[in-house]
Amino acid sequence: MSSALRIFVPVKRVIDFAVKVRVNPAKTDVDRNVKHSMNPFDEIAVEEAVRIKEKDPKTEVVAISCGSAKAQETLRTALAMGADRAVHVEVKDDSTLQPLAVAKLLQAFANKEEKKPDLFILGKQAIDDDSNQTGQMLAGLLNWPQTTFASKVDIENQSLKVTREIDGGLETISTKMPAIITTDLRLNEPRYASLPNIMKAKKKPLVKITPEDLGVDITPRLQTLKVEEPAKRQGGRKVENVDELLDKLKNEAKVL
Amino acid sequence: MLANTARIALKTRHAATLSRFYATGANGANTLLVVEHKDGKITGATLNALTAASKLGGEVTALVAGGDDAVAQAVAKCAGVNKVLTAADAAYSKNLPEDMAPLVAEIQKKYNFTHLFAGHTAVGKNVMPRVAALLDVAPVSDITAVEGEDTFVRPIYAGNAIATVKSSDPIKIVTVRGTAFEAAAAEGGNGAIEAAPEAAKANLTEWIGEEIQKSDRPDLATASRVISGGRGMKNGENFKLLYDLADKMGAAVGASRAAVDAGFVDNSLQVGQTGKIVAPELYIAVGISGAIQHLAGMKDSKTIVAINKDGDAPIFQVADYGLEADLFQAVPEMTEKL
Repeated sequence: MSSALRIFVPVKRVIDFAVKVRVNPAKTDVDRNVKHSMNPFDEIAVEEAVRIKEKDPKTEVVAISCGSAKAQETLRTALAMGADRAVHVEVKDDSTLQPLAVAKLLQAFANKEEKKPDLFILGKQAIDDDSNQTGQMLAGLLNWPQTTFASKVDIENQSLKVTREIDGGLETISTKMPAIITTDLRLNEPRYASLPNIMKAKKKPLVKITPEDLGVDITPRLQTLKVEEPAKRQGGRKVENVDELLDKLKNEAKVL
Repeated sequence: MLANTARIALKTRHAATLSRFYATGANGANTLLVVEHKDGKITGATLNALTAASKLGGEVTALVAGGDDAVAQAVAKCAGVNKVLTAADAAYSKNLPEDMAPLVAEIQKKYNFTHLFAGHTAVGKNVMPRVAALLDVAPVSDITAVEGEDTFVRPIYAGNAIATVKSSDPIKIVTVRGTAFEAAAAEGGNGAIEAAPEAAKANLTEWIGEEIQKSDRPDLATASRVISGGRGMKNGENFKLLYDLADKMGAAVGASRAAVDAGFVDNSLQVGQTGKIVAPELYIAVGISGAIQHLAGMKDSKTIVAINKDGDAPIFQVADYGLEADLFQAVPEMTEKL
């Protein structure tokens, strides 16, 4: 039997994927007064960590979220899915928290923990800022290998074989731990937390720390000058039949 | 000399637009373009990123890593490339970020570029943020417009909002959305080729192999025509109707999340917020209602066609041409008449 793994899973609270976001009247941000939930790619990350734990129950899964007080809801969801404990890095205004700062917070946390992580499993991107940066930056800061956009993960002892989604197909990489994995949509189908597990999650440990505790400067490097609605499409024209459709595509839109 | 004159001419031509830029220095931009190539060819996204980099108005140096001389020579001929740096070691040919990022960081330390550009592709997304971490810079992902030397436009919330962001970092690390910029001309340039400085190899990862889908159909993300099916297809077998039409049109096939979740097709075909973002010339949505998550992945398509028997489906609100009909009759009829 291999030695027990310790897996850190960073999760982010974002506007729910089914919500139609709207730009605020001041055009500085979107309206955040809407339903939030765990970033879908992070659910996949938690699920993967929990599946690893199910194969080897000695595995410890630690969920981490950087954000405002409400990030704790997201951490409770991760605990209800099967994470063992949670860490909340509390910041006042999570709308200005950027991937570089999050990567530095995670790096500082990993270095500070007495028991070092073997793996970080992150979502490939958050569906709010769509940056797709944090995992790669964390790997760079720690000088660990990175296996991004993972659709299959095989672990044996301290070795890792990951199949990655690349343009046009798949690629397989092998590496040693400690390492970073970022999840793609195909990796797994996340479970729903059952009611008993949601109740149990309320008793699991959740500690709160601050960026100051970790000694990390989270000043944003990117300033958002404005946020606008995308251009509206002029849709809505209907055609009568296939012949008219093909005629319009050939002669009007000239795309056939 | 010739290159210099051309640069001055370019600068003069851009003077009017440059005046509204937030100037970062008297010398203007000096950009490194990280070239992506595969099987001896420059990837299309690199040529789009070159166009975006050229909008900064300064010099563009291209990095070709992986030891492919033919690619380096082809890049040197691209319009807008002033110089090509080559890192000949074949260790770079698999684009492993653990080796690529230190190389780019080493080059940056020697040449002091103001901007590092690459395509927002699987490779660009993998390598550039790691480079940014090594240089302590916040990168800007997936830009759709260049507003100035430090100001860029990028979609957020899967394209449901458009943000204009200004970087306060001394180096701007940017990945470019290919569909938002024309490809640069592969001819007309005359860049000098020189060797890049050596960088230490990390040897952290091993490339095992790849499985590239050998389909005659074009790649979904870059296809100029896409036909997608939704829940209305009813089952996986019926997707053959779409494959037949796609083959007639030289189109790629996609799907809505509903079709993927129902198991009709593989996840890799999903178009939408959590799947692929496409912007083809022609997008045909078949049996797709048009949920916001799906629209997020295709609403920048040039021409959108909807085929759906529900005349009230939201997809008709964004479709340039909507055909209210039973797809099981309309699609075979289209295939036959093309």
